[in-house]
Amino acid sequence: MSLTILNALVAVVAAIAFAALNAAYLVWAERRGAGRIQRRPGPNVNGPLGLLQPPADGIKLMTKQLMIPGGADKALFMVAPVLAMAPAITSFVTVPFSDTIVAHSMNIGVLMIFAFASLGGMAILLAGWGSRNKYGVMASVRAVSQNISYEVPMLITVITIVMMSGTMNLKELVGAQAGGIWNWNIVPSLSSPLMPVSFLIFFICSLAETNRAPFDLGEAESELVAGFHTEYGSMGFGLFFMGEYANIVIGASLITILFLGGWDCPLGLFPGVWWFLLKIYLLIFSFIWIRWTFPRTTIYGLLNLSWKILIPISLFNLLLTAGLLKVF
Amino acid sequence: MGAYFSEIFLGLKSLFIGLGITFKEFFKPVVTVAYPYQTIKMSERYRGHIELIEDEEGNPKCVVCGMCERGCPSGCISLASESVEYEVEVKGEMKTKKKKVLTKYDLNFTTCSLCGQCVESCNFGAIKFSKEYNLASSRKEDFHFDLLNRLKERNS
Ligand code: SF4
Ligand code: SF4
Repeated sequence: MSLTILNALVAVVAAIAFAALNAAYLVWAERRGAGRIQRRPGPNVNGPLGLLQPPADGIKLMTKQLMIPGGADKALFMVAPVLAMAPAITSFVTVPFSDTIVAHSMNIGVLMIFAFASLGGMAILLAGWGSRNKYGVMASVRAVSQNISYEVPMLITVITIVMMSGTMNLKELVGAQAGGIWNWNIVPSLSSPLMPVSFLIFFICSLAETNRAPFDLGEAESELVAGFHTEYGSMGFGLFFMGEYANIVIGASLITILFLGGWDCPLGLFPGVWWFLLKIYLLIFSFIWIRWTFPRTTIYGLLNLSWKILIPISLFNLLLTAGLLKVF
Repeated sequence: MGAYFSEIFLGLKSLFIGLGITFKEFFKPVVTVAYPYQTIKMSERYRGHIELIEDEEGNPKCVVCGMCERGCPSGCISLASESVEYEVEVKGEMKTKKKKVLTKYDLNFTTCSLCGQCVESCNFGAIKFSKEYNLASSRKEDFHFDLLNRLKERNS
């Protein structure tokens, strides 16, 4: 009994440490990457290559006073940042990093991650609503409509995959793709020839789900000051920030698990956790790369993309796969 | 229907072209000048506030004719001088002569428009634009420059 509690504690601490470390250093990577793309060095003063910038930022955020604006709904205002961070960390529990490194392998892992991901939208809604700021409210309304419309094609794509491999357990999903790149879900197979398209749809949806540019309408600085976290300072803002980056890691892990064969090596050799990490960091790099390449879309463009393009195509793919699975 | 798919395809293609451009930029060298640690040479025609030019002995070339003071449309130059006597040898005889010596050359940089009238109107080539740009202060007194003093500091 005590051993299971210890196990759980270790898992939780490891998940929090992994999430926090990633959040801190992804900010650094993001700023360095943005700098390189714009041909400037990015943060490079604190420590070698600016590697001490994240701790400095952390100290700055933690030592600031947490202000609650007058007229704000105190409870909601305080709960929202925690709600943004906690689900992201909880999701790590079921993410398998390799054959053996997984905190808790669940039969409904996919479902659980999506359930927790929808809580992120809730956090944004509460933050905007609770801070009694018109920009905040507008931003949260936008973010919620965005989250709803992008969850639909995302889930349809996931259903396609689950249909093919017949399991919702993330570990088994990876196991079904073992043995080299031609077994991965991204490669078109006989029963689902449109898999690369599905991958693209899922990728776009994960960008939108994590509120990343070009879909960062929830914090469109040019129109909404800072969007839903306009009124947040100090660690309240810090938690939103960490939640965002933890969600990016989760998103990249999901893409890796669902489409890129998880910890499987492209050539079928030496599968292991390093392949998983390599894949998620390549995906995260492409997230950063995309963010600093494209301008922000409009809210109409965003919703049109989802309802007029992504949903019909993913539905078509679902039906096609269902039919072909019956045939073969 | 065809238009729908071609729009998706062209849109996607343009996105990938954009990604290609930023990817290439990613590996190009950084062009930033890390300002406080590095500086770039100011161009020939850069106009900082004016400064006095010195002669061979290190004294200002200025003869206090006052043309710059009068020519300045913003009235930011104020001069003062005193006359000193000096001796010269003319045909074997020592004679005393008088000349004006600059005792004050103040520039009120807060109203200067860097128009260049002062430099233009000086017939003696006694002032020029400096290349000074590290100017920042929250007190306007810091922009009242004593150019004579600056010249002395430069020489010392
Ligand atoms: S540059 Fe123009 S405004 Fe400035 S001191 Fe000379 S004459 Fe006056
Ligand atoms: S115009 Fe030239 S010589 Fe005459 S007072 Fe001004 S700086 Fe001196």
